[in-house]
This record gives sequence, C-alpha cells and structure tokens, in this order.
Amino acid sequence: MTDLAAQDTDTTLRAILRDVLGLSAERAAALESDTGLFGAMPELDSMAVAGLLTEMEDRFDIVIDDDEVDGEMLETYGNLLAFAADKRAAATGA
Amino acid sequence: MVAWPCPGPGGVTDELAIAFDASRAARLLIVPPLFEEMNRTRRMLVETMRRLDRLGIDSFLPDLPGCNESTQRFEAQSLYSWRAAMAQAAKHFGATHALAMRGGALVFPVALPGWVLEPVKGATILRQMVRARTIAAREAGWSEDSAELLEAGRTEGLELAGYHVGAAMIAGLESARPEDEGQREIRQSDLGGGALWLRSEPGESAEQADALARLIADGIDA
Repeated sequence: MTDLAAQDTDTTLRAILRDVLGLSAERAAALESDTGLFGAMPELDSMAVAGLLTEMEDRFDIVIDDDEVDGEMLETYGNLLAFAADKRAAATGA
Repeated sequence: MVAWPCPGPGGVTDELAIAFDASRAARLLIVPPLFEEMNRTRRMLVETMRRLDRLGIDSFLPDLPGCNESTQRFEAQSLYSWRAAMAQAAKHFGATHALAMRGGALVFPVALPGWVLEPVKGATILRQMVRARTIAAREAGWSEDSAELLEAGRTEGLELAGYHVGAAMIAGLESARPEDEGQREIRQSDLGGGALWLRSEPGESAEQADALARLIADGIDA
C-alpha cells in the first residue's frame, strides 16, 4: 500500500468514526493508534459497531465477514486502521 | 399530534402523526427511516417541519404502525402493511408531495411527487441489524451466525435491535429496493455535515434542517 493510500484510509476512517460517534473534528483528529474504541467509548455499542462496519464496507468498497469481527480488531483505533488498510489492499490486489 | 385512521392486520386503528397543518395548498407527507434510524432522525425531521411551516408548507410525519405511539403489534407488520399505512396517511392528510428518508423509500406512496433522501436497500438494513445482534452475542460470550439467524428468521421472525421482526418483514426486507417514480434524490452531501442516522446517539443539526427545508420549498415553488 502506498503512503498516499494509507493516508487516505486514515482520513476516511476518522471521518467515519466522526459521523458514527458524533465526534468533533478535534476529537477525531486526536485519535491515536492506542486510543481505545469498543469497550472504551460508551457510544460505541453493538448497534453503533454494526453501523460503523457497514459504513466502512460502503466507503472502502470492501466486504467484512462475521468471523473477521473480533474484540482485537475493534480494541483500538490503530487495530481498526490496520484492518481497514489490509482489507483495502486485498480488495485492490495491491 | 393528530390521529389518523390506519388499516392494519387487526383492523382499522387510530395512529398518530406530528402535523403542522394550516390547510395550505402544499402538503408534504414525510415517511421516516425504519427501525433505529427512525429514532436517530426524528429530531431533525421535526426541525425540518418547523422550518417548512415558516416557509408556508404543511407537513405530516405519521408513525409507522407498530412504532412510537402505535398500539398495533410490531411483530405483525410487514413492508406491505407499512406501504398500505403510508398510502392511507397520504390520502387522509391530502398530501400533495412526499419526502421519504432512507428505508422510508421502501414504503412511501410512489405516486406522489417529491424527494427520496439517501434511499437504502432493505437487504442493507437487515444486514446491519443482524450484524448488531451477532456482535452483541459475541460480547456476551456466545456465538451466533448471520446466515443461520436469517434462515430461522424467514420462518419464525427474529429479535433485532429490540424489535420483534416478523417473518414477513424479514422476507420483505431481503428483496426490497427503494422505489421511485421520478422523485428527486437528495444526497447527504446536499445537506452538508455528517449523516444523523449514523449517529449512535440522536443528534440534530440546524444547518441540515435548514438545507432540507430550503430544498423542498424551492422544489414545491418550481
């Protein structure tokens, strides 16, 4: 994956989290690799996670299977970003 | 709030609607998004109605049978019953135009001119609700399979996002696509900002309500 594509994945993922969680631009920009998500953000319940995944599928043009969704993937912003980057790379064959 | 007579699986019942009615010529029926998205967008839709009122347009936001104040059983509902209900509401209120939002585009009266706002396929709505259920199950320490849940849901119905969704509703959602017959499509980007139906906590946006009311008022004048 190129730096440009990685940057784009990061920007888009922050935008999705901002929309789903209603975060301010400042809070979305302040997400770090080790910022906790599922379990750490009270707004992120199972319904919100489902919305988040559906939105990721839509905007990244990927398909996320049931068995790919686990606690680790959703644990931190860094893990979710790595997951999105891998899926995008696989989808485009890069 | 006003009451309107609505046909249902158990006969005609009174349903409620939020109404801004001053017997004006332009009368807009608003068909809300379905399930959880309905709650998330209600404030924005009501704010839009207030603005339309100031712009000289009457508007009506009926409850879908089984939702909000409705006394009908949710489990007995289907896309067919919601379509019949919205057609009846349009007739009762003498609607001249319709605005359908998200899943509302699956059940609005297509014969009315108007708008569909970010229409969504039934299968997408269903997939997201089933996914929320499998994630909640995993969190609680057991495992559920989406495909198996749907298989069972087609005959017995399913508990989804706090709703008991009947088998007929599941079957309807699996194949339903947004219908439109020349209604104008409004995208979220036309309203600016983030989509409120995605928001895990209900939100509101004065700017988005302004933009939506303006689009509709301009369209009715045109």
